[in-house]
Amino acid sequence: MSATSYGWLVLAFPLAGTLIIAFGWRVLPGRVPGWIATSAIFLAFLSSIGALLDLLDRSEEERQLVDTAWTYASTGNFKVGLEILVDPLSVFMCLVVSGVSFLIHLYSVAYMGGDRGYARYFAYLNFFVFSMLLLVLAGNFVILIIGWAFVGAASYLLISFWYRRQTAVAAGIKAFVINVIGDVGLVIAAFLILDNVGSLDFLPVFQTAHDHFATNDSTIVWACLMLLVGAFAKSAQLPLHTWLPDAMEGPTPVSALIHAATMVTAGVYLIARMHPLFELAPTAADIGAILGCATLLFAGTVALVVTDLKRVIAYSTISQIGYMVMGVSMAAYSAGLFHLMTHAFFKALLFMGAGSVIGAMAGIQDMDRMGGFRRAMPFTFVTFAIGALARAGFPGTSGWFSKDEILAFAFNRGGWYAVLGVLGYVGAFLTAFYSFRMVFRVFYGNAVPEAVELESGHVAHGEPMNPMTGEPEDTDVGFPGPEHHVAERAWPMKAAMGPLALLAIVGGYVAIPGVDNVIANFLEPVFADSPLAQDEPSTGAEWLGLVIGGAISIVGIGLAWTIYLRRPGTTARLVERYPWAHRFLEHKWYFDEAYGALFVRPFATFGSFGRRVIETDFVQGTIVGGATGVVRVSTSFARAIQTGYLRAYALLLLVGVAGLTLYFLINSS
Amino acid sequence: MWFEDVLFFIAAIGALAGALGVVILQNPFYSVLSLVCHLLGLAVLFLLLNAEFIAAAQVVVYAGAVMVLYLFVVAYIGGADEPLRPESGGIALFGPVFAFCVAVELCIAFIASGLKALNTDGPDVGAGFGSPGAIGELLLTNFLIPFEAASFLLLVAAIGAVVLARRRRGLES
Amino acid sequence: METTWYLVLSAFIFAIGVSGVISRRNPLVVLLCLELMLNAGNLALVAFSRMHGGEAGQVFALIVMVIAACEVVIGLGIIVAMYRNRLPIDIDEMSELRG
Repeated sequence: MSATSYGWLVLAFPLAGTLIIAFGWRVLPGRVPGWIATSAIFLAFLSSIGALLDLLDRSEEERQLVDTAWTYASTGNFKVGLEILVDPLSVFMCLVVSGVSFLIHLYSVAYMGGDRGYARYFAYLNFFVFSMLLLVLAGNFVILIIGWAFVGAASYLLISFWYRRQTAVAAGIKAFVINVIGDVGLVIAAFLILDNVGSLDFLPVFQTAHDHFATNDSTIVWACLMLLVGAFAKSAQLPLHTWLPDAMEGPTPVSALIHAATMVTAGVYLIARMHPLFELAPTAADIGAILGCATLLFAGTVALVVTDLKRVIAYSTISQIGYMVMGVSMAAYSAGLFHLMTHAFFKALLFMGAGSVIGAMAGIQDMDRMGGFRRAMPFTFVTFAIGALARAGFPGTSGWFSKDEILAFAFNRGGWYAVLGVLGYVGAFLTAFYSFRMVFRVFYGNAVPEAVELESGHVAHGEPMNPMTGEPEDTDVGFPGPEHHVAERAWPMKAAMGPLALLAIVGGYVAIPGVDNVIANFLEPVFADSPLAQDEPSTGAEWLGLVIGGAISIVGIGLAWTIYLRRPGTTARLVERYPWAHRFLEHKWYFDEAYGALFVRPFATFGSFGRRVIETDFVQGTIVGGATGVVRVSTSFARAIQTGYLRAYALLLLVGVAGLTLYFLINSS
Repeated sequence: MWFEDVLFFIAAIGALAGALGVVILQNPFYSVLSLVCHLLGLAVLFLLLNAEFIAAAQVVVYAGAVMVLYLFVVAYIGGADEPLRPESGGIALFGPVFAFCVAVELCIAFIASGLKALNTDGPDVGAGFGSPGAIGELLLTNFLIPFEAASFLLLVAAIGAVVLARRRRGLES
Repeated sequence: METTWYLVLSAFIFAIGVSGVISRRNPLVVLLCLELMLNAGNLALVAFSRMHGGEAGQVFALIVMVIAACEVVIGLGIIVAMYRNRLPIDIDEMSELRG
């Protein structure tokens, strides 16, 4: 079978999974929907491997294959079809997406047990994976936009999965609205490209882009800026990032899948895929790099003070994607995508570990109430620590290799990009610090009552309530189920976290500078047309960067150890001394308040004005009332004639006869 | 001759008076009697127009049978006296006005039209004009179909009247 | 006397009949005024027949008389039915066509 057939299979399995679960949920008992979904994704993963093997069989020039299922529209010389593009980049993304999704599905089989919406969850999750794979395999702008929109819809469905929780529904709406802003940007970019190039298919556009646009032509710059809007909305970068922390209202595996490993990386994939266009518009690429850098610093500072466990990980995601965006904007494509892969591993692992801890805490997510879980949950502790080390870029972990490769590229480009590199190292320091802030606060220190209960073998059980607001809930459909699952007790969760921990450690060894460069070599056919990407830093420069990065991470971990373990109470003193800084960071630099005042409140006012004045008075009163009033008045005369009296009718007859006779008399004389 | 004109005027005034009586008199019984008088006046006019058979039919059928039928019904129903000025004043006011307008228009049409034949007495007709024999011959030759249709109509009307006016068992208390 | 006079007389009788139909409320009297209108037509027909010298007009007038008789019969039947069903004998009460 050729690679494109494997490509269609990759899409078909998750779609089949969704449909089977969606239509058959009444007859599938217990955990069967979960196993169906997991096997669907596993089959998709196998198909991706099939596609990979087929691609490797071919020579390097023949590795970009396009296949069209059918043509939607064909007018003149413009054709749009259901087209997939199977090339190293899309196969790479497919492998990452389907592999990590498979492990997360496995985790969810146990984690979501007992929830009344079990089948619905897996149907949505499979639909999400299908959409993401569609996005990644898209061969033209139309399919890309379709996948993009589906992914946004699936994200909304999964964030507001516990739909009776007000905060979850509000978060889902917020995510969807911001995603739509991105969709608009993407569509406008597609229009601009279609207008100037005349085609929407990727390969023709990329190959002829330099014929249609001069470098830094204003059209291509605007098109790339619109693409950036789309990418930033999906990947939660400044200024469209506000939805991601709120999206933690969804179940933890959803956060792992969508908001760590796959959906938020769609923006990075987009920039990498559109790299010929971005290289024609260096202005836009530079803006992307600067915003990526700003994002990673912003998110890093906020992650220092946030106390909700999942939100710390969310801000860290924003920050890490800032690295990736910065990387691919600076033409460090394979480095950025390599970091995407390793980030998928350790971020999913961290979320899974957080899910296990939250299960032990009976649903509470506040780190202030956690502590000392080290003895009660050894497996979770070890895997969580591995994830944190990878994120911090500890020497030897995959995160170390990937993050510092990006920064080495930055220094290699020179000029003001070196400033971005320095800021990247500052961000790395912050990352190391807050990663271990999490580890030390949750697993070290005095054991809280829930941990003590767990040590004696009994998972804590609290009153069901909303972890953010404390409102009481129940455990029926629309709210989380009554069971709480801990990794030590549920083998699917262990089976999922184990491989990820392993990958978080060894995953970096595919790209050791000077030794092997598997990823860059594999992706080379895609980026062969980019002169900037060929300009790789030397092995020595990369090793220097790695050493600096490793040192910074060790310093950061050490600082966290000092503040949280050696001298507890330091944070309290710092908060006392700099209350305004603490408040600024706690309110996430007041972005939500600013957006609320600038956009939400004017629109809400206009909406209520519309309902009160325009709808009621203008439309109902004037237009509708006016139209019916005119009809009523004009027919009242006709109605007045229908008196029902025979004599009146006879009189009318007589009047008519008199009139007619008069007319004929006058006419004939 | 001159007494034809006198007879015409007497008969015409009688007919008009009868017509006015029908409309103005309150008691329906008196209205019926007034119509009988009008019909007799018309019969005289028909005679003046050499229509002997029609005049006879008018008296025997119309004034004789139909009006007697009317009288029977008026006697059965009674018929209260109506007030002269009815409550629905508008209709009753405009009716005569417009009727008068129509009459005036027709008169204008007759008198001012250029038809010369209207100003004559008509051709000299023989003795058999308007006799039953002549009418009968026409009825059975040129006007056979209207004749048959009219008789059929009479049959239908007779049956209809019986159906309309019969007592329905059980429907009346 | 000329045909015109008969025609003028016929027009006036017709007008009187019409005004009676419109202004009277007793259905019996309305039917009587209807008879007046038919008779006016008869008079005009016979006058024209004399003017032309042919009896076709008289035959026509005969048929009209037949029709008038049928109509009277049915009309009186309706009025008797109204009376039997205890409806008031007043045309203005029959206003179910009111819109």
